[in-house]
Amino acid sequence: MVNFIIDGKKISAEKGTMVLEAARANGIDIPTLCAHEAVSRSGACRLCVVEMKKGKRAKIVTSCLYPVEEGIIIETKNERVMNVRRLVLQLLMARCPESDVIRDLASQLGVDAQPRFAADEDKSKCILCRSCVRVCEEVVGVSAIGFSCRGADKAVSTPFNEDSAVCIGCGACAFICPTGHIEMETTEETRKIWGRTFKMKTCDVCGRYFAPEDQLKYISKKTGVPLKELAVCTNCR
Amino acid sequence: MKKISTLDDLKKAGDKGLKSLFPGSVKIVVGMATSGIASGAREVYEALSAEIKKRKLPYILTGTGSMGMDFIEPLVDVIEKDKPRLSYGKMTIDKVPQLIDQIVKGTIDKIKPIYRVDEEDIIAKKEKKQYLKGALPEYLREIPAMYDIPFYKKQVKIATRNCGIIDPENIEEYIARGGYLAAQKALTSLSPESIVEDVIKSGLRGRGGGGFLTGVKWQSCVAAKGDIKYVICNGDEGDPGAYMDRSVMEGDPHSVLEGMIIGAYAIGAQEGYIYVRNEYPLAVANLTKAISDARSRGLLGKNIFGSNFNFDLKIGKGAGAFVCGESTALMASLEGKAGEPRAKYVHTVEHGLWDRPTNLNNVETWANVPVIVARSGKWFSEIGVPHSTGTKVFSLVGKINNIGLVEVPMGIPLKDIIYDIGGGIPGGKKFKAVQTGGPSGGCIPAKMMDLSVDFDALWEAGSMMGSGGMIVMDEKTCMVDLARYFIEFLASESCGKCTPCREGVRRMNDILHDICAGHGQEGDVEMLESMAQGIVDGSLCALGGSAPNPVLSTIKYFREEYDAHIKQKHCPAGVCRALIRYEIAAKKCTGCGVCAKKCPSECISGEKKKAHKIDQKKCIKCGICMESCKFDAITVK
Repeated sequence: MVNFIIDGKKISAEKGTMVLEAARANGIDIPTLCAHEAVSRSGACRLCVVEMKKGKRAKIVTSCLYPVEEGIIIETKNERVMNVRRLVLQLLMARCPESDVIRDLASQLGVDAQPRFAADEDKSKCILCRSCVRVCEEVVGVSAIGFSCRGADKAVSTPFNEDSAVCIGCGACAFICPTGHIEMETTEETRKIWGRTFKMKTCDVCGRYFAPEDQLKYISKKTGVPLKELAVCTNCR
Repeated sequence: MKKISTLDDLKKAGDKGLKSLFPGSVKIVVGMATSGIASGAREVYEALSAEIKKRKLPYILTGTGSMGMDFIEPLVDVIEKDKPRLSYGKMTIDKVPQLIDQIVKGTIDKIKPIYRVDEEDIIAKKEKKQYLKGALPEYLREIPAMYDIPFYKKQVKIATRNCGIIDPENIEEYIARGGYLAAQKALTSLSPESIVEDVIKSGLRGRGGGGFLTGVKWQSCVAAKGDIKYVICNGDEGDPGAYMDRSVMEGDPHSVLEGMIIGAYAIGAQEGYIYVRNEYPLAVANLTKAISDARSRGLLGKNIFGSNFNFDLKIGKGAGAFVCGESTALMASLEGKAGEPRAKYVHTVEHGLWDRPTNLNNVETWANVPVIVARSGKWFSEIGVPHSTGTKVFSLVGKINNIGLVEVPMGIPLKDIIYDIGGGIPGGKKFKAVQTGGPSGGCIPAKMMDLSVDFDALWEAGSMMGSGGMIVMDEKTCMVDLARYFIEFLASESCGKCTPCREGVRRMNDILHDICAGHGQEGDVEMLESMAQGIVDGSLCALGGSAPNPVLSTIKYFREEYDAHIKQKHCPAGVCRALIRYEIAAKKCTGCGVCAKKCPSECISGEKKKAHKIDQKKCIKCGICMESCKFDAITVK
């Protein structure tokens, strides 16, 4: 076990635990937008930063990626930390003025919008947390979406913004998106996402539409389970 | 090609190289680095070739890298038996026949050499080799020796020891100047541990920007667990105005290869990569040739120097992203992924390329290694100052007379570089500041001219060594505009992964644009400072972590210029177009009409021989009128 201090509280955790998990396990809340249990860590949003003191040195580290170390002293809410969080939230509010999630989080942390930053009109609600890209690659395994461009022009998209040939319409990206940026429209028979319309499959038992056909084919191919056995919805299994 | 596997083989190859470096007949060498080619070296080379052919002269004609004197390129060196090597600057096609005439006649007539070299200091072998045999001929007495001219006097060439002297495509010339001797010594008689120890002792710090102790980095990579380890050379030099590494890769590629062979042996790596930006086509070509030659000579591949040590190199070409100079982004790029950095809490020496222990150093660092091994760490540590040992290569550019590549001992006063080597500021203007460390560095004002140029002193001054770009500014440079330029560059080069860098730097850019356009608001400077702190603290990698430096250092030293822009809506240097106006002083104007003719927006009018006027509404503030006026009648306010 590793012993350390977070916000004045003596804590011990197993080697390899990230500061974020150690804090949360002890009732200390650290805000995040890009750390999701289903996917690997990226450290992109920078909201979870904390100050770490080791000996004389104090530096800002990313709590979702920083493994606990013996004797370190972590502060999760001091002014230096809050200066980063305030900036990040103000920047995200300016980028995604329509996002309720960002606005609510800012208000919880007592952060007001920065009038000096002109609101963007072209970024919609995407904060580039990368959760969608990671879930598509790591969990689903199709990598239908990725990033295009860099800097302020960086965007999540299918390759060359064309309809993705490999997307299976599973909707994991829309599900994991923290701000509701990814649009997925599901009617009875069809599902629209990333510019493509997927045909839904009916359950062999109850007859309800429950999953895109492409998704079931993909699962069958990946797991070796015959497609027929997958044609039953979760309620009827 | 004959394999080189023993010291004797190496000596034989070196002897061949010596014959080519110190030939018995006339040899003409043209500086064919990018700096030379850009000034017309290729045309000069072709003209020389044609002239020699026409006159049926038995002259040898070859190319070399950059000697550093970019302000007088194209440079042509003439080597004659037993005479000093003579360097001619600003060569043109027209001067070629005259130059050949002079060589044939054995005189100096209309075209005078810039300097002469009587003997070569072969630093890797601790030897001197004479060009001049006997007394200096009478007609050469007035030509200064190379190290007597101010540009070279304070320079010490270690990393660029062969640039501008050898033909970079000729491995034997590299060997003749002590090349691969250090590798031979290392692989056949030194233990990996002793090499690491000696590099630590040398005090060599990474020349790419971080300034981390090279030997300590190597040691960590040695200690890292794993059978497969990699060494990487970072040749993704991307700072505007910086071309130190390019010159080394173009002019002396084998020095990088040899450094990497030694490093790989010390670390226990079997494979290495040179990551070089594809915008450096000549560097790519010369490195490719060097690797191929080294491989066919057995200096890369299996059982090098009969030592059972195997090592080979590949080139990875960068696709033009500044961020790929950051080690983790570079490794992602080598792996075929997008060049994005990751958090470095797990070091690349443990988990680097393909998750294997990886040691990355930059071009200049690697190029220093063979000399350290050849001459000892102690020898190297005695050059420079205690915590910044050895030399540093700088590309001296901007508002300076002697634009070029210079290599100086660490700790040299800044003013020596600007005034002695750089020859001061052109046009009698005042020196204002120098930007060191590239876009992420900072500005050092004229009042700090005595500053010692070393890692720590530059850091304390709010700038950094970086990779060695040095951009000189005169009184006509607006420091707010300069900060805006660098921040704009960084905003467009941010990879976009983390929020503070992607969003924060572009918002700083917006504010700086506002200030330059006359829309600055009270409190903007404080706002920039607070944002800078958040971006420095909050960014994922060093690009964001250092991006605000140009803003912070210009605010620190030139706050009054920001205030003038914001409060008085005035640009003191007369640069920011929205805040300036060109005016014609009626008393000085002779009515010659030149400005009116040159004005692209036709906004200057007036009768002949009478004072002219500028229509401010139509003026686009290009400044052409002021440049064209011979009577200093036009001013900018």
